[in-house]
Amino acid sequence: MTDKMHIKMTVNGQAQEFLAEPRELLIHTLRERLDITGPHIGCETSHCGACTVTMNGKSVKSCTVFVAQANGSDVTTIEGLGTPDNLHVLQMAFKEHHGLQCGFCTPGMITRASKLLEENPSPTEEEVRFGMAGNLCRCTGYQNIVKSILAAAAEMNAAKEAAE
Amino acid sequence: MIPAAFEYHRPKDMEGVLSVLAEHGDDARVLAGGHSLIPMMKLRMADVPHLIDLQDVGGLGGIDVADGTIRLGAMVTQAEIIAHEGLAKAAPILREASLQIADPQVRYMGTIGGNVANGDPGNDMPGLMQCLDATFTLVGADGERQIAAREFYQAAYMTAREDDEVLTGVSFTVPSGGYAYEKQKRKIGDYATAAAAVQITRDGETCSGAAIAMTNLSDTPIFSDAAGAALTGTQVTDSDIDAAVKAMLSDIDPTEDNRGPIEFKRHASAVILRRAIARAWSRA
Amino acid sequence: MKDEITREDRVDALGGMGCKRKRVEDARFTQGKGKYVDDIKLPGMLFGDFVRSPYAHARIKSIDTSAALAVDGVVAVLTADDLRPLGLHWMPTLAGDKQMVLADGKVLFQGQEVAYVVARDRYIAADAVELVEVEYEDLPVLVDPFEALKSDVVLREDLVAEDGSLPDGAHGPRKHPNHIFTWEVGEKEATAQVIDSAEIVAEESMYYHRTHPCPLETCGCVASMDKVNGKLTLWGTFQAPHAIRTIVSLISGIEEHNIRVISPDIGGGFGNKVGAYAGYVCSVVASIVTGVSVKWIEDRMENLMTTAFARDYWMKGRISATPEGKITGLWCEVTADHGGFDACADPTKFPAGFMNICTGSYDIPTAYLAVDGVYTNKAPGGVSYRCSFRVTEAVYFIERMIEVLAIELNMDAAELRRINFIRKDQFPYQSALGWEYDSGDYHTAWDKALKAVDYDGLRAEQAQRVEEFKAGKTRKLMGVGLSFFTEIVGAGPVKNCDILGLGMFDSCEIRIHPTGSAIARLGTISQGQGHATTFAQILASEIGLPADSITIEEGDTDTAPYGLGTYGSRSTPVAGAATAMAGRKIRAKAQMIAAYLLEVHDDDVEFDVDRFAVKGAPEKFKTMKEIAFAAYNQAIPGIEPGLEAVSYYDPPNMTYPFGAYVCVMDIDVDTGVTDIRRFYALDDCGTRINPMIIEGQVHGGLTEALAVALGQEIAYDDMGNVKTGTLMDFFLPTAWEVPNYETDYTVTPSPHHPIGAKGVGESPHVGGVPCFSNAVNDAFRAFGLRHTNMPHDHWRIWKTANDLGLHG
Repeated sequence: MTDKMHIKMTVNGQAQEFLAEPRELLIHTLRERLDITGPHIGCETSHCGACTVTMNGKSVKSCTVFVAQANGSDVTTIEGLGTPDNLHVLQMAFKEHHGLQCGFCTPGMITRASKLLEENPSPTEEEVRFGMAGNLCRCTGYQNIVKSILAAAAEMNAAKEAAE
Repeated sequence: MIPAAFEYHRPKDMEGVLSVLAEHGDDARVLAGGHSLIPMMKLRMADVPHLIDLQDVGGLGGIDVADGTIRLGAMVTQAEIIAHEGLAKAAPILREASLQIADPQVRYMGTIGGNVANGDPGNDMPGLMQCLDATFTLVGADGERQIAAREFYQAAYMTAREDDEVLTGVSFTVPSGGYAYEKQKRKIGDYATAAAAVQITRDGETCSGAAIAMTNLSDTPIFSDAAGAALTGTQVTDSDIDAAVKAMLSDIDPTEDNRGPIEFKRHASAVILRRAIARAWSRA
Repeated sequence: MKDEITREDRVDALGGMGCKRKRVEDARFTQGKGKYVDDIKLPGMLFGDFVRSPYAHARIKSIDTSAALAVDGVVAVLTADDLRPLGLHWMPTLAGDKQMVLADGKVLFQGQEVAYVVARDRYIAADAVELVEVEYEDLPVLVDPFEALKSDVVLREDLVAEDGSLPDGAHGPRKHPNHIFTWEVGEKEATAQVIDSAEIVAEESMYYHRTHPCPLETCGCVASMDKVNGKLTLWGTFQAPHAIRTIVSLISGIEEHNIRVISPDIGGGFGNKVGAYAGYVCSVVASIVTGVSVKWIEDRMENLMTTAFARDYWMKGRISATPEGKITGLWCEVTADHGGFDACADPTKFPAGFMNICTGSYDIPTAYLAVDGVYTNKAPGGVSYRCSFRVTEAVYFIERMIEVLAIELNMDAAELRRINFIRKDQFPYQSALGWEYDSGDYHTAWDKALKAVDYDGLRAEQAQRVEEFKAGKTRKLMGVGLSFFTEIVGAGPVKNCDILGLGMFDSCEIRIHPTGSAIARLGTISQGQGHATTFAQILASEIGLPADSITIEEGDTDTAPYGLGTYGSRSTPVAGAATAMAGRKIRAKAQMIAAYLLEVHDDDVEFDVDRFAVKGAPEKFKTMKEIAFAAYNQAIPGIEPGLEAVSYYDPPNMTYPFGAYVCVMDIDVDTGVTDIRRFYALDDCGTRINPMIIEGQVHGGLTEALAVALGQEIAYDDMGNVKTGTLMDFFLPTAWEVPNYETDYTVTPSPHHPIGAKGVGESPHVGGVPCFSNAVNDAFRAFGLRHTNMPHDHWRIWKTANDLGLHG
């Protein structure tokens, strides 16, 4: 064990401050220290994407980030995307189009999809499949995930148009 | 999978980095995106008592295309490479190759510096840098030095970088002519079964120059002078391509792994290279 | 404007069977509020982590735990010596064998549990694991079951008597120290005679490689011993929580009423979470010893290397036919690699599961099956990965044999299937290997599938492609993969199906609340199948209350009725039936209440959607909601208050879902890269409860089939080292590698199931694997290929092409 570090970060809009070993993995910081259990641990070698969060505007796999690296960062998890009374369009679309089954990949999947649609608001099916290729799902075969994301994109675009 | 404990250093400048390196020697490792190093640490296959995070060190970012030269800071990520329009125009092979590395999340974190400095034969950028005849900038206690990508790799995870040096950037002349980065892999996120980087220039119907390198087919990337030479001065007919492929095949030395036996890898290498040359020539 | 509520409106309002009801589970999952086992956090909770063997076969000379114990925060380090006094250093397996909980003198596979470290957090535990010093003496390694049956190296000394003789195993006599059992079904002599004298015989050997279910969530548990009350609570990734409670009670001696097992949300199972693992036992012991709760969660490498492999069947087949193609006999011999312990998860009387469904969808008059189980230095497990017990192996076998026979006969494989299908009028059909198929209409399904894909057009296109290939105009071949499968699911009738002596019935208990809503509890447990959604639909249709007013609860043994859990597609066939039957008990009582309220005789009211109405006077009725209130509010002579029911359903037979799949694949002969251009899947799962969920199950099962067929394997080297221990090498496809699937259906209800449903979750995997594999094989048929083994990854396809001389 090494000395603990003083860590400051913002998670889902809330400032957090604590002492942690530098080797603590961000996924454990979120899940164990901050009780933010939406992001999950699937593979631990940065292949599955179940632990995906948005850190400083990037989709990252939080199992492969040390808390020391995340010191000073701004992190958003699935818990920061929508609230029960004000769900994110993607959260609704995944339910509407049966884009999930066991739900284990879903938080990472939706968090990643939110970033994808931010960068590419009108993706093609191929772009969705390529842009989501860092997230594994064992249940759905992806077909309904892709459908959910495309539907969410259409809805977000329609809402944007209506607002303009 | 839990890494062993380490001391964490996040210096603000290169001087700080170098002083930690000077103090701890090969007990210290620099961390860029971390997506090669951290999994190794979690599997306890890499022992890193002192980890030096480069994220706050100034002067390691930036994509600069000017005066016929392209400079990339070591901390430039694959995502930044893909997104940079000027770079895509000047050296489109970088975007083509970067899109075939890992997956979106990893590309946000993975850096050009980490990719080339690590010496992992599976990484894509080393071969590409050799194809582009890039120069790596290393900074150490004795100051800065330049080394050609084609001189940099010695064996798996063994490079010309000294333990107390840091790779700070890569630069290369804006390439001209046609290009292709062709990669066969088992799935998104995999290393190459075989990958080829090709740049070809053309003068009328004749190839005026070709640079060819391949990845994950030896314990270092393989830049084949002979393969390029086999095309130069020809009209890049099928038999000319055959000659280039033949030259490359005598330079590579693949090993058997889960991607297949040696015989298959040699075959796949030939196919991938043939396709890369054909595509690059068609774009030249 | 509609002024009258029609009967159709009332049906729609229920959200009952047949509608595409959105899932009630999704709200929590999409908001990151699922509760999986690793989300459980208890005060003072400790973490367990294993020291594992780097060797596949070695004797343990010593274990030194002192350095680990000296680490601040380490509470205990358990070894077999610590468990021995409790009799817990070995545990019984589901297959009648026993298995070391912690290495007792030797290890039999790489990754085997050697010591269990308990520490304040998982970081300290991981550090301490590194400090446990184990001295090994390596022993010769057996990774080939055929070698193992000849070798002098004895893997399981505990199963050899002192005089060197071999005591019988759980399934009869053993013929070698490394032999586990021989299981024979069918007529050996008669089958040999038919095949030996047949005009046409096709033979083939095939290896169905070892793979792994690899759900995205690994296995894990939290054990919490409350020493004050003497109660043990065990949360875990259990596909069969009740069975786990009974097992824990039997091996720990804690009375069953003092054990509460809870399966929280489960992040996919696919068979991985059926077994009882060392981690569960050690966590329970550690909690008993320390008096604090202990959590154990596998990492991905541990998951792939140690818990629950699937398949690993070496199969040899002979099939005979008349020159016209009518099949006359089938012979199947299997050498089954079970690893170091026989921990296969099968019903007791079926050591090779339902492998004897291997006559498939065909009317084969004579057949014989023999399976030999063998010990090797590989991980134990042998679960049914997204299939009923060994059914993927059986279906793969027969669907490959059909293709090989078609080659022998020089016949179209679709036509060969057609002329051998069991006809609709033959159901219920007695198979030569002992099953009674409940219902089917194979010809209709097959014709629909072939028409949908324009089968003749595909064959014409393929023939043209072959010509172009031969002319040097293309390097891509085209394969048309066919498969027609019959599953056998819903285990099963208690008379022949049990696990550890527990009959494989299932259960449902319903309470109707006074205001007309309800809770139903079942003995099963969802791992993504959407039980909370679909079981409520079954009940809505049965009891006339809206699905949205019915809560479904599973997985807590203190509250749910006993059941054998969810695997082998048994939830709908067994627990779904129990749900319907319990619902009918509710309805029967409701009928009496309604008759009382309407002041008529019981027989004079009839159920109609959401109410009981007087026969011939539909305007006189009581809704189920009204009846529910009356059950709690009226003193009705001769009727107890309340409205509850429970049903334990012992199915009279299995169900036999079937389907017809077609895959169109392009194959790059030079790189071995495959491209699935089209995949059509027709499933007949009987009555369809929720088409949206069925479709989702089909997509998922097909994708797992694609993975298995095209690359997913647990591979070992000669030293017994696992070569595919991370997701870099263990193939799980991403969205990029997976096609869009076309789904279709026919409906042939099960005649013996209360609602006619057959189960669907595993069909696409069972039918999908041979379909993908047949596509690869078919692409090379024109060049003389009879059979090539899975997984069809790039290099193996390249090798097939190379062996056929297609690389010039």
